[in-house]
Parts: sequence; C-alpha cells; structure tokens
Amino acid sequence: MKKTQIAITYVILLIAAVFMCFPVLFSLSLSFSDLSDILRGDYIPDSLNWTNYVNAFNTQPLLHYMINSAITGVLSTTLQIIFALLAAYAIVFIPFRGKKIVFMIMMATMMIPGEVLVISNFQTIRSWNLLNTYAGLILPGLASTFGIFLFRQNMMQIPRELKEASTVVGISDFGFFIKVVAPMVKNTVVTLAIYFFLVSWNSYMWPLLSTTKDTVRTVQIGLRQLQNTEAVSDYGMMAAGAMITSLPTLLLIFFGQKRLQEGMTKGALK
Amino acid sequence: MARKNKKEAEEKQKKPLPLWIIYLLPSMLIFTLFVIYPFVKTIVTSFFATSNTGALTQMVGLSNYISLFTSETYLHSLGTTFLYTILTVPLTVVISLLLAVLSSSNLPGMGVFRTIFSSTMGISVAAGSVFWNLLFHPTAGLLNRVVQWFGGEPIGWLTDTNFAVYSIAAVSIWMNIGFSYLVLMGGLKNIDDSHYESVEIVGGGFFYRLRKVTIPLISPSLFFVVTISLINAFQSFGLIDMLTGGGPNNSTNLMVYKLYNDAFVNFRFGSASAQGIVLFILIFLISRLQTKLTERLVTYQ
Repeated sequence: MKKTQIAITYVILLIAAVFMCFPVLFSLSLSFSDLSDILRGDYIPDSLNWTNYVNAFNTQPLLHYMINSAITGVLSTTLQIIFALLAAYAIVFIPFRGKKIVFMIMMATMMIPGEVLVISNFQTIRSWNLLNTYAGLILPGLASTFGIFLFRQNMMQIPRELKEASTVVGISDFGFFIKVVAPMVKNTVVTLAIYFFLVSWNSYMWPLLSTTKDTVRTVQIGLRQLQNTEAVSDYGMMAAGAMITSLPTLLLIFFGQKRLQEGMTKGALK
Repeated sequence: MARKNKKEAEEKQKKPLPLWIIYLLPSMLIFTLFVIYPFVKTIVTSFFATSNTGALTQMVGLSNYISLFTSETYLHSLGTTFLYTILTVPLTVVISLLLAVLSSSNLPGMGVFRTIFSSTMGISVAAGSVFWNLLFHPTAGLLNRVVQWFGGEPIGWLTDTNFAVYSIAAVSIWMNIGFSYLVLMGGLKNIDDSHYESVEIVGGGFFYRLRKVTIPLISPSLFFVVTISLINAFQSFGLIDMLTGGGPNNSTNLMVYKLYNDAFVNFRFGSASAQGIVLFILIFLISRLQTKLTERLVTYQ
C-alpha cells in the first residue's frame, strides 16, 4: 500500500472508532459526574466520584438482578449447549428413518420469529405457574437451531471410521459421544458459550414478560425500571446503571471477539 | 393367540427407546412445546375473537386480518417499519463492510480497531438506549448543546415526530454494526491473498478491488448479514420500549411494539396473533429471497 493510502485508512478508522466509542465513553464520564455539573454542561468529572454507582445499586436491587442474570445466563447457556450437542450427535452419527425431515423441521423453525411465539409461550408459562421462576425465564429458549447447526457442521468433519472402530473396541455409544466427539468440537462449544451467554444476558422482551417480581428479574429489566422510576432526572446514576449492566458483556466481547468471529463465519458460510 | 399378542406387546414395551430419540428428546421437546405448538396456536388464534385472558371465544374468519389492513394505525405502523428498515439496513451493512475492509490489514493497531468496532455486540438494547438517551436529552444532553453552540434551536430528538424515527434508526445502526462487522470480518479473513495479487498486477485501485474481488468473495457473509439485519429491523422492540414508547404520535410505533401492546396491554390476542402471522410471512419472504439470491449470485471459493 502507498503511504497516502495508509494515512487515509488510519484517519477514517480513527474517526469511526471515536463515533463508535463515544456513547459509551460519554456515559462513563457522566457516571462519575455530579448532577449539577452535568446540568451546567460540564460533562467531564474532576475526580472519580463513585456516588452515582452507589446510588444506582441502592435505588434498584441491581446486584440482585445481576446475580439473576448470571444464573439465568449460565443455566441457559449450559443447557442449550448440551441439548444442541446431543441433537447434532444423533443427526450425524445415529442412523434412523426420517432424519432428514427432523433436521429440516428444526432448520425451518429458524424462520419463525420469537415475537410471534411470545403470546402463546407467555400463556403456557403462566398456566404452568412458572412466571417469576428461572425455569420460566429459560425454558422457551433452550433449543437452539443455530447451535445444532454449528455442531452438525463440526461433527460432519469427524471421520465415520472412528465411530466404527470404537464400536469394535467396545466403546458404548454414549462413551463415544463423551470421549471422542465432545472433545473434538470444543472450539464450537466455546464460541457458542460466548454467544449464548451474550444473548441471554442482553435479552429483553421475554424477561420483561415473564418476570413481574424482583425475585428472578434480570438486570436489563432492572435498568428499564431505573429509567422509568424517579431516576429519570438523575443522569449520572442512569449512566452508572448502564455501565454496570454492560460491563460483563463488554469484557466478554473484548476477550471472546476472535472466537465469536470464527464461529459466526461458519454459520454464515454454511 | 391373544396371549401371544399380549406377550409380544409386553416385550415391545420393555424394549428401550431407540437411541436417536433419547439424544433428540430434549431439543424436540422444547421445539414442540415452545416453537411448533405456539406457532400453530398463533395461526389458529388469528382467526378467532378472544376473551381478555386469551381464551378463544368465537371464530371470526379473516376478520382480524381485514380489520388490520383497514386500520390506519396498523398500516401506519407497517409503513414506519418499512421506513425504519430502509433507514437502518443499508447503512449498517455498508458501514460495517467498509470498516471491515479497512481494518482487515496487518497494519499496527488494527486489533484495537477490531475490538472497538465489534464492541456494540456486547451492549444490550437497554444499556444502549440509556447511553443514547443521555445524548438525546432535550436539556442535559450533549447533542442539543452542540446544536445550540452552533446557534441552532434545541431539537426534540425523541419527542419531535419529524425526528424520532431517525434518532431511533441511528441508535439501531450503532448497535447493529458490532454483529455485522464481526461476521464480515470473519468472511474477509477467509479470502486468500492470491486473489488480490492478481488485481495488483492489473493495477486496480481500492474501489476496483472492493467491487471485483472482495464483495464477490464475501457474498455469502454479506447475504447473511443483510438477511439478519432485515429480520432484526422487523423485530425491533427494545429500543422503542426504552426510548419512545412508540411515540410521539405513533411515529415510532413499529410492528412488534404494536403487537406487544395489543397483546399484553390491550389484551386483544386475536388481532395480536394476526399481526404475528403477518410478521412471520414478511420474514419468511425475506429468508426465501435470501436463499434464492444466494443460490443465484454467490461465488463460492
């Protein structure tokens, strides 16, 4: 590349980076500022003042909500991965009639948007008395077509002879699954774990519907409440609340970005 | 004879479930209970009048659909959703593609840019909305301070019918760049350098390379991103709920927000179900179109 070209590339990237970061950095700055300073238009704090963070935690039980989000996230991520692994294994390694149809039906469900299902799922969960429970929060999302699809792609690359050989040696089907297949797809497990946790932590509509009490309410809905209650005019505290909510997933993206990128590409390329 | 049959039946019962069923059971159970059943139920409900708990009271044929498409509010909501989609999808994809191409080289510092550009994928709608709300705020927000500094009148970013949908669209673009960028970046990484070398010999510039090499080679990722972005745009809910509540004057009342309100605030489940089916049909058509286009245009490596 020519020198001018490199310079132009850097300038464009730098401008874009400033735009992308700006909303978060602005909030970060406000989260350490006094309300009176913010109202005067002085957005940059003189020192790190943690009052807004303390207030955010006191106004809404944010810590409790974060623990709820973490529990929900870990539970749903683990179960989604286990269920998807099992399903993909059956589709790739166990011969049975109607396999194609089963797989096609699963893939077809990807086209049904969750918003279409939400009314009926709400009624189901309510009739099972599972509103305001972790089970109610995670159940409807436990089967992941995307997960099954990625694992299937991955497992198809495992030579079939391995399966035959292990049968000869006397390794059971489940043994083969645990000892041979699962370790071979562990990269996909990591990718999906990051992805599922991100999606779970950030999900909005279903937690909004299925939690009406504090007990299992997630942090996203906590942030919504923070905005809708008295906090509306306490900008520093709102900023602090949003920073608290975003920190775990931002860290996950910083460390897992490469992994995610590789996994997503597999999904896109088919 | 009868006894023999009984014995056979008993033996059959003792036989364990076939293996594949055991492995598939968890996923199939969830799919059946929380995807297939509700989908069928939504279709059925869309042809019924309902009580305010959601029980079907009377079959009404197509009347839910007819009243939707004769309702000004719904048609307006549909129109706003299309406008919002046109505002967000092309810009999201073009910006993400440009950023991905520019940051895909091995120049120093690119890792930092990559992390920054994909970062919004880690930000939830709720948090993203709060971040932008602080910029949009009519008096304390930064945007109006900038406007006033330049001598302009403060703008009701989220409260003026002429601005609200554009403001929401801007937030949506910002939020979706993270995911699109990440996928496109992955696509770029898979392109073999040799493809560019041949162009270098011909002496093509940046845009020539983009048009002739990059875009054709990452078209699968590109189609994927376009489809997901379209689907996401049609499903927008969180931003609206957090930032405008569908207002002002219905100017940001997108399809899914209206569906949500009709179901869970107005308890009009029949109409809400019909809206869900319309949404499904739209998304189905988009997905079909994507598959068709991909089959026809994609250049696989």
